[in-house]
Amino acid sequence: MHELSLMENVVATLRASAAENRIKKITRIQLVVGKLTMAVPEALQFAFEVFKEEDLFKSAVLEIKEEPVRGECKECQHAFEIKDYEFLCPSCSSPQVKLVGGRELYIDFYEGD
Amino acid sequence: MVKVRLAAPVLQQNEEVARENRTFFQKHGIFVLNLMSSPGSGKTSTLERTIEHLAGSLKLGVIEGDIYTTRDAERIEAYGVPVVQINTAGACHLDARMIRPALEDFDFGGLDLLIIENVGNLVCPAEFDLGEDARAVVLSVAEGNDKPLKYPLIFRQAQVVLINKIDLLPYTDCDLSLLEKDIRAINPDLEIFRISARENTGFSPWLSWLKEQVKIKKQKA
Ligand SMILES: [Zn+2]
Repeated sequence: MHELSLMENVVATLRASAAENRIKKITRIQLVVGKLTMAVPEALQFAFEVFKEEDLFKSAVLEIKEEPVRGECKECQHAFEIKDYEFLCPSCSSPQVKLVGGRELYIDFYEGD
Repeated sequence: MVKVRLAAPVLQQNEEVARENRTFFQKHGIFVLNLMSSPGSGKTSTLERTIEHLAGSLKLGVIEGDIYTTRDAERIEAYGVPVVQINTAGACHLDARMIRPALEDFDFGGLDLLIIENVGNLVCPAEFDLGEDARAVVLSVAEGNDKPLKYPLIFRQAQVVLINKIDLLPYTDCDLSLLEKDIRAINPDLEIFRISARENTGFSPWLSWLKEQVKIKKQKA
């Protein structure tokens, strides 16, 4: 699935940033992944293994923080977690719901030497 | 130990290139549609019927995304429409960078509409912006009712759903009103059209929508 190409992008970003910060070994990576991206944490971990041969990532631990799908009602401003992909306001039943969470896909931070 | 806070979006690079593609299309006044589906939904047949219907009224180009083969591109070429083939070499989706070199292969002067047929997959294409104006999902009644709830992102990101193989409805256990209700729960703003590419029925409302979008884009250019 698309986890491998997502990891390619993660790794490329890390490589560039590590070079900039003169970091030779990355020890810890925190990745934030919204549930709506459909990226499976296990598959991301598996994809990351591919890059572990590289010195930079050899001792790196990948931590994945999952974010729930969240909505905000455009009618009554009620903020809520979207369960079962039902984009309907639980407070006023309006279908006009703005997506405010669940699409996250970013590297929060990394640590290294 | 050094801690570096990045807060860097993983797909930032893709989004930058998508923005460049969008600027390019905007300059030429071309409406770009990203056509997506799971395998076997009848996406290519839907595209073929759409091309037939639009012949003579709109000038159209097609980008064919496929993992390895050129089969779909050959099918489209038979209609006398300019086609550029992109093989993703294993990747399960097109991304903005793959689109860019293909742009040099078209003569964009006078082109009204560009349809990008994405790789057959409901998960990955949803994540990658190509610089398109709209996304359409082809979904067949033979696929079962649970597709929208299994792949909500693509329906959330789309503007149109084409429910295909309507002629097969009596032979499936698909509940059309339930299917549409699920789709609307995910995205109430979606345009839903019921079609049969095989029997060539139901295309009028879809074609009107498409022509309207092309007109709006032209006016903005
Ligand atoms: Zn509300």
